Amino acid sequence: MDQTVVDQYELVVGLEVHTQLSTQTKAFSNDVNSYGDEPNTNFSVITLAHPGTLPKSNKVAVEYAIKMGLACRCKIKRYNIFDRKNYFYPDLPKGFQLTQDKAPICLGGYFDVHSERGEVKIRLNRIHMEEDAGKSIHLEGAAFTMVDLNRAGVPLLEIVTEPDIRYAEEAVQVMEQIRRLVRYLNISDGNMEEGSLRCDANISVRKKGDEQLGCKVEVKNMNSMRNVQKAIEYEKLRQIKALELGEEIISETRTFNPDTGKTYGMRTKEALNDYRYFPEPDLPPIIIKEEDLKRLESEMPPLPHELFMKFTDEYKLPSYDAGVLTDQKEIALYFEDLCKYTSNYKSASNWLMTTIKSYLNENNIEIGDFPLKSAQIAQLIQLVDDGQVSNTVAKNKLLKAFLKAPSVHPKTLAERLNIIQESDDDFITPIINNVLERYPDKVVAYKKGKKNLLGMFMGEVMKESKGKVDPKKANQLIREALEK
Amino acid sequence: MYLTYKATREALEKGEITCQNLIEHYLKRIKEQKHLNAFIETFDEEALKKAKEIDQKIKAGTAGKLAGMVIGLKDVICYKGHKIQAASKILDGFVSRFNATAVKKALAEDAIFIGRQNCDEFAMGSSNENSAFGPSVNPHGKNRVPGGSSGASAVSVAAGMCLVSLGSDTGGSVRQPAAFCGVVGTKPTYSRISRYGLIAYASSFDTIGIISNNTADAALVLEVIAGKDDNDATVSQKAVPSYSKVAIPKKKWKIAYSKESMQSKGLHPEIKQQMQNTMQTLSQEGHTVEQFDFPMLEYILPTYYILTTAEASTNLARYDGVRYGYRTEKKVDLEEMYKKSRSEGFGEEVKRRIMLGTFVLSASYHDAYFTKAQKVRRLIKEHTTQLLEKYDFIISPTTPSPAFGIGDYGEDNLVDYYLADLFTVQANVTGMPAISLPVGKTKNELPIGIQFMANAFEEEKLFGFANYFEKLFASEMVK
Repeated sequence: MDQTVVDQYELVVGLEVHTQLSTQTKAFSNDVNSYGDEPNTNFSVITLAHPGTLPKSNKVAVEYAIKMGLACRCKIKRYNIFDRKNYFYPDLPKGFQLTQDKAPICLGGYFDVHSERGEVKIRLNRIHMEEDAGKSIHLEGAAFTMVDLNRAGVPLLEIVTEPDIRYAEEAVQVMEQIRRLVRYLNISDGNMEEGSLRCDANISVRKKGDEQLGCKVEVKNMNSMRNVQKAIEYEKLRQIKALELGEEIISETRTFNPDTGKTYGMRTKEALNDYRYFPEPDLPPIIIKEEDLKRLESEMPPLPHELFMKFTDEYKLPSYDAGVLTDQKEIALYFEDLCKYTSNYKSASNWLMTTIKSYLNENNIEIGDFPLKSAQIAQLIQLVDDGQVSNTVAKNKLLKAFLKAPSVHPKTLAERLNIIQESDDDFITPIINNVLERYPDKVVAYKKGKKNLLGMFMGEVMKESKGKVDPKKANQLIREALEK
Repeated sequence: MYLTYKATREALEKGEITCQNLIEHYLKRIKEQKHLNAFIETFDEEALKKAKEIDQKIKAGTAGKLAGMVIGLKDVICYKGHKIQAASKILDGFVSRFNATAVKKALAEDAIFIGRQNCDEFAMGSSNENSAFGPSVNPHGKNRVPGGSSGASAVSVAAGMCLVSLGSDTGGSVRQPAAFCGVVGTKPTYSRISRYGLIAYASSFDTIGIISNNTADAALVLEVIAGKDDNDATVSQKAVPSYSKVAIPKKKWKIAYSKESMQSKGLHPEIKQQMQNTMQTLSQEGHTVEQFDFPMLEYILPTYYILTTAEASTNLARYDGVRYGYRTEKKVDLEEMYKKSRSEGFGEEVKRRIMLGTFVLSASYHDAYFTKAQKVRRLIKEHTTQLLEKYDFIISPTTPSPAFGIGDYGEDNLVDYYLADLFTVQANVTGMPAISLPVGKTKNELPIGIQFMANAFEEEKLFGFANYFEKLFASEMVK
């Protein structure tokens, strides 16, 4: 389609994000909450909704919800109830879902994102608690549907944004931030592929400058960050095309097919449902006391946006570095710790972002399993800063040796490897003289103005010294010799 | 056999009888009175086996508080490994995998459960006629209903088929049949007994209740089965007093009755007369009996029916034919499976209440009915609490009429049928404890019940008074 036509339209997206909480037990029973177990093993009479059973609240799930709310800068509601949302489905044993849909525990809050329109805030409408349904499995060609109730009753948070998103990349950033937060808070594994983080997007388009929102379509089944982006972009163009053809957008639920990259309308009668919301009489109200809130606030780990600010403001790191370092809580905390032992923050950042990260990737391990402690990395940085070993040698030869013998001080290792840099004139000058004698024509050429030959001389000197000379010092001495 | 647990226990301790004798006796009584249709099934072998064990314990002096207490269970209270179906076809063949907390606590004190009792389907009804097993019959009078929904539970005690019954009371379902059958019906404060294992009708009204020959037995059973429970988030955390040790206090009580209840149109003249006699006797004994205005009376029943049907409509959603119980045999798609299973599985009254509840919760009527009824409920509760701060008890007839005939009510006069709960629902709407005591009979030999309601968690006071009342009216208590 003509880009100028596309450019006349504005995309409007709001997200409804479900995240499964990684509590030990389910939201309203003591049944085990665990992914990937043999189907229909994690349930008791409560999950099965046997006659006479009653729900019981899971305090941990409530605390997780509050933590997420605090992390998203929401207002925490003190008096909370659950409603029954009534509908019939085989994977919904009670015939209703317990949800805070109508009275969420967290209100407001926001995420900061940046896109081609600059830095913007995506406001949150709310975060509420609810329980998951079981899983219906429709096998192709089977005459029946199978139901797995392991997931039934698993605690969920639903995070709902305002329709503030204008670019697909903003939606992706919101999702990334949510995933990062739940992992920082350790309240969910945030795994999209396994469905513990799920995203539904309400997507519409309108002519730029229009006040009124277009008719929205709900897109489901985007089980990766990439698919969130692709689905929104596809849906935007599909709607623009339809509008350009004079067609009406139907308010419907569509599913994204990752194989084709397209969305498809789902034939559902959902619009006809009257859920008959009704306050759950089997649970007393959950009242969040001041002291509980205070305690939870004090238990909050450092959050990615806070660390980002610290890294850029206090450590003067470029935002790129701060972004990479704060992406994973464990990396960020390792870095924080490293900065206790060194004040060369930029060097510390480089070590972590490149050298250590590639080691982790190659060996497929997490930072927690990295053999060297942050203080030991600080020792390496110190050796380089003192001019004892070159940066390159430190990151290769010395690091390798250190990883094999973490209990030996790196300076001792450097000595053993004979890689301590020489910055002594008496050591370097004879080597320079040898090199200059070997290339008399080049010396002449340099003197006539071919200054870029300096690099070649440096290389030869380094080679002859087996990399042991301090490059800064060597550079200075070569220049002096040539200028003579 | 003995009519009180005290006498039973004494005889057991003296070795005059054994628990085995008791079980054999009650099983015989049940068999002899099959026509009353009280028990859906009896647990003969198991009860006998348990009886022998408890006989040993009695000999050894290690028997629990309820040793020798033979209890019948309304078909809405779960007993592990036993069938339970709320007298409904929709739970055909269902076996409970756990004990209700009340059952567990009673078993721990060596009670014996002898069988499960007929009732109105899902405890919805005032006559025990709405049962998949057919009506139970009142042992007093001919072809009379025993009341409901715990009709058969009252029949069982009245006709000596067990010493005590555990029923459930959502709008009067223990007190009303107790009144109709001439026995004692106790509904404790809402949340006093865990509801875990009680099949829900209307969660914010349901309480397990006790039907017994006398107040002492009720007090003892309540003392055992009440209290905290991790499986019920709404149960009261208050400590359970020793109800069985309550002595008769030497005090003058302040008792109130509402003008509206005495003037109510449907009040049977003989019951009105009995009320007047009772109040007069109490006055003569030096107690204060005063009238108060309660114009809200006429709103109690509508409030009750809106809220209980709303709760029931979602509580009963789980009976869908998917995981257990009855499923239509017709080969149909999912939606039809739901419709057919539920249409075929539920009885008329249950379907009617599900429909009513679905209606009052539907988006367009939610505020007009459900929200408004919740507000009215709050008002009634506040008003009643205030009254009961001023008075010790509110006295009223338990029922407007004595036991009516089987088949008297149908779709044409359903509202009159619902009026049977007129005086009992207030205790459920407000959550307050109430007891129905049998006082006198009509000319037709039908028992009359008088109800006393106290403020929340005042069971001790209520039992103290009931003990006194029992002695005062001993000559008039139904035999």
